[in-house]
Amino acid sequence: MSTAGFNSQNGTGTGQTYTNGPSQNPVSLQQLPGVSYGMTHQSTFNPMQAKASVASGPGLYSSGPYQPIPPVSSYQSVPPPSSFPALPGQPLLTSPPMGGPPSHTPPLSASPSPGPRLTSAQAMPPPPAVSTGNYYASPQQPMATAWQYNTPPLQMGPPTSMSTPPSATVANHVNPALGSTVPPPPQTSSAAYGSAPVLHSVTHPPVPGMPPTSLHGYTQPGIAPPPVNPILSHGYQPNRALYGAPPTGPPPTGPLPSMKSTPPPTGPPLANAPPPPPKADAQCGGSVNSSQLPTESDSQEGDIECPGMVAGNGLQASSNYNHVDNKTAGRPQPGSPGQHLGHYPSLPPGYQNAPSAHNATSPMHPALQSTTQPYAQTPQPYQQPPGGPGPAQLSPSLAAMSLQSSTPEALRVVNLLQERNLLPPTPIPAPMPCLPQDLQKVNCNPEVFRCTLTSIPQTQSLLNKAKMPLGLLLHPFKDLSQLPVVTSSTIVRCRSCRTYINPFVSFLDQRRWKCNLCYRVNDVPEEFMYNPVSRAYGEPHKRPEVQNATIEFIAPSEYMLRPPQPAVYLFVLDVSHNAVETGYLNVFCQSLLDNINALPGDSRTKVGFITFDSTIHFYNLQEGLSQPQMLIVSDIEDIFLPTPDSLLVNLNECKELVQDLLKNLPNLFQKTMETQSALGSALQAAFKLLSPTGGRMSVFQTQLPNLGVGALQSREDPNQRASAKDIQHLSPATDFYKKLALDCSGQQVAVDLFLLSAQYCDLASLGCISRYSAGSVYYYPSYHHQHNPAQVERFQKDLKRYLTRKIGFEAVMRIRCTKGLSIHTFHGNFFVRSTDLLSLPNVNPDAGFAVQMSIEENLDDMQVVSFQAALLYTSSKGERRIRVHTLCLPVVNSLSDIFAGADVQAITGLLACMAVDRSVTASLSDARDAMTNAAIDSLASYRQSVLTIQQPGLLAPACLRLFPLYILALLKQKAFRTGTSTRLDDRVFAMCQLKYQPLAYAMLMIHPALYRVDDLTDEGALNINERTIPQPRVLQLSVEKLNREGAFLMDTGMIMYLWVGRNCNPNFLTQVLGVPSYTAVPDNLYLLPDLDTAESQRTRAFIGWLRDQRPFSPTLHIIKDESQLKSSFMQNMIEDRTEAALSYYEFLLHLQQQISK
Amino acid sequence: MAFTFAAFCYMLALLLTAALIFFAIWHIIAFDELKTDYKNPIDQCNTLNPLVLPEYLIHFFFCVMFFCAAEWLTLCLNLPLLAYHVWRYMSRPIMSCPGLYDPTTIMNADILAYCQKEGWCKLAFYLLSFFYYLYGYETSFVIFWVRVWVQERTPHICQIRVSVILIPFGGLDSSVGEIKSSSKYSSTTIKPKRINIVRW
Repeated sequence: MSTAGFNSQNGTGTGQTYTNGPSQNPVSLQQLPGVSYGMTHQSTFNPMQAKASVASGPGLYSSGPYQPIPPVSSYQSVPPPSSFPALPGQPLLTSPPMGGPPSHTPPLSASPSPGPRLTSAQAMPPPPAVSTGNYYASPQQPMATAWQYNTPPLQMGPPTSMSTPPSATVANHVNPALGSTVPPPPQTSSAAYGSAPVLHSVTHPPVPGMPPTSLHGYTQPGIAPPPVNPILSHGYQPNRALYGAPPTGPPPTGPLPSMKSTPPPTGPPLANAPPPPPKADAQCGGSVNSSQLPTESDSQEGDIECPGMVAGNGLQASSNYNHVDNKTAGRPQPGSPGQHLGHYPSLPPGYQNAPSAHNATSPMHPALQSTTQPYAQTPQPYQQPPGGPGPAQLSPSLAAMSLQSSTPEALRVVNLLQERNLLPPTPIPAPMPCLPQDLQKVNCNPEVFRCTLTSIPQTQSLLNKAKMPLGLLLHPFKDLSQLPVVTSSTIVRCRSCRTYINPFVSFLDQRRWKCNLCYRVNDVPEEFMYNPVSRAYGEPHKRPEVQNATIEFIAPSEYMLRPPQPAVYLFVLDVSHNAVETGYLNVFCQSLLDNINALPGDSRTKVGFITFDSTIHFYNLQEGLSQPQMLIVSDIEDIFLPTPDSLLVNLNECKELVQDLLKNLPNLFQKTMETQSALGSALQAAFKLLSPTGGRMSVFQTQLPNLGVGALQSREDPNQRASAKDIQHLSPATDFYKKLALDCSGQQVAVDLFLLSAQYCDLASLGCISRYSAGSVYYYPSYHHQHNPAQVERFQKDLKRYLTRKIGFEAVMRIRCTKGLSIHTFHGNFFVRSTDLLSLPNVNPDAGFAVQMSIEENLDDMQVVSFQAALLYTSSKGERRIRVHTLCLPVVNSLSDIFAGADVQAITGLLACMAVDRSVTASLSDARDAMTNAAIDSLASYRQSVLTIQQPGLLAPACLRLFPLYILALLKQKAFRTGTSTRLDDRVFAMCQLKYQPLAYAMLMIHPALYRVDDLTDEGALNINERTIPQPRVLQLSVEKLNREGAFLMDTGMIMYLWVGRNCNPNFLTQVLGVPSYTAVPDNLYLLPDLDTAESQRTRAFIGWLRDQRPFSPTLHIIKDESQLKSSFMQNMIEDRTEAALSYYEFLLHLQQQISK
Repeated sequence: MAFTFAAFCYMLALLLTAALIFFAIWHIIAFDELKTDYKNPIDQCNTLNPLVLPEYLIHFFFCVMFFCAAEWLTLCLNLPLLAYHVWRYMSRPIMSCPGLYDPTTIMNADILAYCQKEGWCKLAFYLLSFFYYLYGYETSFVIFWVRVWVQERTPHICQIRVSVILIPFGGLDSSVGEIKSSSKYSSTTIKPKRINIVRW
C-alpha cells in the first residue's frame, strides 16, 4: 500500500517539505562540530542507553491513547471474561491440558469420528445461518473479540498458540500489539462479545458426545470442544495454515451443535479429494457446508475456529471441528474424500492441499459457494480482525483485510514432484506481513525494506528449527517519486536508543510517546505538538513523521561533523595502449560532455581528472589558463601532487577548460605505445587529491595493473574455467586495494570501478577498492568500440545514468532493531564501522544491502518488532539529510506461522549473499552444499514440524514452492556454477552483483524471466503514459517451453536475449525484425528496427518497459540457432539438465532423498 | 644455590605466561570495546595486530625451552596451543602487515564471537599454565635440592626411585607430588622407598 506512492524518482528533491510552524531552523551549513571521524550523526549514540530501555508489555503498546481507538481498554477488559468463561464453563475448558497433546494427536482422533462430524456438518448448514446471524450481530466487533483474545492468552497459554496456526501470524501480531489479536479467539471472542460464556455453555450441551477436550487431541469429531481450541493452537496451526481458510467457520456456527450430525452427507461427496483426516475434515466439511459460517470464521482469523465449528456447536463445537479440519487440510492426504470436500468447499481451491484433490474439490466449491455466499462475504470482515483490533477500529473498511487471506494460501501444501507449473505468470509480489491493517497501511514499501521472514520467530531456537535465514534486504536510497521531507529544528528521537519517531511508536498521552525499539517513554517536544500539514495543534500522532514509514529529515547542524562537503568528482582514466585500443575514452568524454550540466551538485561542485599508464598525468585546470595543462609525474613509487590547488577545480568556473580537456583527451593518447598500467599509484594520487574534501572517484581500467604498488599477477588458469573442482582465487591477491579503500572510506572518498577488459583483470582484488569504500563496480567484458557494439551501447547508457543519478556524500547508515534482535552480518559495499553502523562515503540510488539478523533475547512479550534504517547523508546541494525507513513485523511463536510468512525471494537473495561470503572464506563447493542444504533443511523442518500428516512426495508450503527452483537457479548461476566454462572475472563480478544489487534486480540475475514475444497482444496490457505495454506471461526456463515457431525473450537482468525460432512466424520476422526470412536475420543484431507496425511497437514497448524498470541498461542480443550466444542463452534454462548440473526434477528428487534420510 | 635448566625454564615460562595473561586480557577488552561500539574497527585492528606475533612467539619460545629441558609433559600440554597458533596464522586473511585481524571482517558477529571466545579460552589456559609452571618450578627446584640432600646422605640414592611428599615452596601447605628419577636412574631401580621430607 505504502509502496504505491514510491517510484523511480529521487524523493529528496521532489518531496514536499513540511516545516515546523513554530520554530524552523534552517540548516546551518557552516557549523562544524569539528569531530574528526566520519560524519556519523550517530556519534552521540550511547550504547549504554540503549540497554537501559525497558521492554514494556504489548498491551501498553497497543493502547496508544492517541489512536482513534479508545475502545482498546474496553476490549481488554472484555477479553478476560471471554477467556475465562470458556475455561470454567465446561469440562472442555478444563481440557486446556488437552491443548498440549492436541497438535499431533488430533488428526488421528479426527479420523475415528469423522462420521459423526459429517452428520453434524449436515446439521450444521441450517444452523449456520442462525449462528451467523447471532455472531454477526457481533461481527463488526470481531476486532474487539480478537483483542479480548489477546489478553486472554495469558490465561490460556495454549490458546495463543492456537491463534497462531492458520492466520497465526496475524493473530499473534495482533494480540500483542494491537490488542486485536488473533483468530483463535474469534469464535470465542464472538462468544465473549455476546455473552461469551453463555454461548459456550449452550454449545456444549449439544455437543455432549464430544468432550470439551481440545479439538486436535480428541479425534472425536462429533464432539466439539470449541472453547478448547485456543489452547491447542499449535498443533492446529499447521492445519490452519494449510487450509488458510479454515479459520473462517467458527463464529457463526457456535450455536447449533446438532448441525454437526448432518455434515457428513455433504462433506463426503466433496471430500473425496481431500485429506484423510476424516474426522476433522468431515467436521469441517460439515461446517463448510453450512459453509457460510466457516467462511466467516476464516475471515475472523480463524486461527482456532473452523467453519464447521461455527456452524455446528456454536463456538465450541465449531472450534473443534475447525481444528481438525485444519489439521487434515494441512495434511494433503485424501483420506476421506467426503470430509475433505466439505472443507474445501468453504475454502478457495487454492487451499486444498492435495494437488489431486483440486479437481475434485473444485466442482464442489461452486455449490458450496452458492450456498455459502452470503457468509462468504462475511469472512472478509473477520479477516480484518486478525490484522489487528486497533486497525479494525480505526478502519471500518474491512475490505482491506482481504489481503490477509493470502496468509493461509501461503501454507497450502504443494507436492513439488507433482505440480509442474509452479511459476506464476506474473512477477511475484512480496508477501504482506500479517499486521493489523492500520499498521500495514503505513508499513515500509517492500521494495525498500524487506525481511526474509515476514513473521519474526519469538526465539532463536524457533528460528533454528525453521532453518531459514532471518535477514533484511534494503534499498535505502532508492529513487522515490514521493517522499515526505520534514524540516525541523529538533528531530524527535528516543532519548535512550536514538530511534527516530516513526509510525509504530505508541503515544501514551499527548505528551509522551513510547519508543517501539527500546520501550522507553519519551516526552513529546513542544514543537512536535504542532502539525504542519493540518496546521493543527495538539495532534502529535498526525505529524508526517508518525504517518510515514519512509521519511526524510533536513538535519540541523548537530548532525554535521564538518560543513557539508561539496560534490566532488574525480575521474581516473586508464590511457595505456590497451585502453586506447578499446576506444572507451571517446565514449566517456562524449558522455561526460553531454551530461556535464546534469552532474548533481551546486555552485561548489568540483571536478578533476587524472590519467595514467606507466606514469601519472595530472591536469591543471586552474581558472585563467588558456588551455588545460598536463603535468606528468613519473615517480610512481612515491607519488605526490604537483600543484595540489589547481587539480580539482570548480566546475562552474572552469567549465570551458574542462570541456576543452574532454574534447582533446581521446586524441592526446592516440599514438601511445605505453602498455603498462600503474593503477595503484594513480589511486594513491587520486586519494591524496580527494582526501581533504571527500567525494567520488571514478576509475576506468582496462587491464591488469602491472606496475608499481598494487601490481597484480594473472591468477586465472583458463584450463580450470570449467573445472568441477573448487574454484581458486576468489579472494583478493593483495590487501593493497582493501587498505586503500579503508583509507578512502575514512576520508569520505568512494571509488567506483569501471572495468573494460577482454583479459583477466583480477576483479577479485581490484573490486576491493569499491567494495569497502561503498562504490560500485561496472564490468564490460570484451569491451571494444568496434567489435562489441552492444557493450558500447550499454556503457554509454550506464555512464549516463551514473553521471546523472542522485548521489549522497559522506553518508552513514545505522540499522536499529527492537531489543532482543541483533545484527549478525552485513552484505553489500560499505565499511562496517560498528555493530550497527555502516560507513558509506557515497551512497547511490542503485545500491542494495542485506543484513543477517539473529535473535539474542526471546521476544516473548512482544507482538511486533520494528527495524529502522536511518541514512544520514549530504545531498549534492550541500544539505545534510536523514532518510529513515521503518519496518514493522509481527512476532509469532509457531513454526507454521513462520513458514506462512516466508518471503522466498528475500530468502534466496540473502542466501546468495551468504553463499558469496562462504565461497570466499571457505570454498565454492562449500557454498554450493550450504545452499542445497538450506533447501533441504527448511523443507525437512516443514515436513517434520508443521505437516501433521505425512504423505509421500516433496512437500512444501505454497509460499516456499519456488524455493528449490531458486536454489537450483543459484547453483546454476554464473557465480556458483561449476563444470561450465566461466571466466573468473565473470564469476567474481556475478558475486559482486549478487551482494550489491537490490533484490528486484538480483532476482532476475538468479532466475531470468522468459516471455514469448511473437504473439504479443494488447490483452491484459498495462497502460503507462499512454503507451500500451503488453504483458506476456512468464514461462518456465525449460527448452520444452521454446518453440521453433515462436520468438522468445529472455531477460537476465544485465542481458536480454531474443531467441528467434527457425520456423518463426514470418509475420514476426517482417513486422518486428524487418527481415524477410529467418536466414536473413543478421548474426549480430543488437537493436530492434524502429518499424511502424503494431507488432514492432508492442515488442519495443515491452522491451523498453522492461529496461525502464532498472537503473542499468541491459543489452539486447537477437540470436538464432547458429549464434555463438546460443549457449549462454541455453545456460539459463535452469530447469533443464546440463552436462554438469541436475535438472529441476532431478534436483527435487535429490532433495526428497535427502529429506527422507 | 643453583638451578637446574628445567627450573630455569619454568621460572621463565612463569614470567612470560604472566605477560601472556595480560595479552589475553587486553585482547578480551579490545573485542568487548568493539562489540559495544566504543572503538573504530580500524583503530582496534591496528592496536591488536602488532600484538599477535609477539604473543605467538613468546609461546613458541618457551615451548622450545621446554623441549630443550626435556620437559615432555609440559611440552605436550603446550603443543595443542602451539599447533593452533600455527594454524591460525596460516589461515589468516590476506594481509600485508603482520597480524590476524582484518577491519573489514572483524565486525562480523561470528568472527567477533569467535575472537571473544578465543580470548577467554586463552586466558583460562594461560592462567592454568601459570599455576602449573609455578608448581613445576617449585617441583624442579625441590628436586634439585632433594637430590643434593639425598646425595649428601645416601650415596646410592641414584638407585632409588623417589616418592616425595613435598612441602611447597612457600612452605604454607603441604602437597603431594611424585617425582620420578630420570630414566637413567630408573633403569637401575631396585626397590622403591618412600621418604618423608618435612622441611628444611
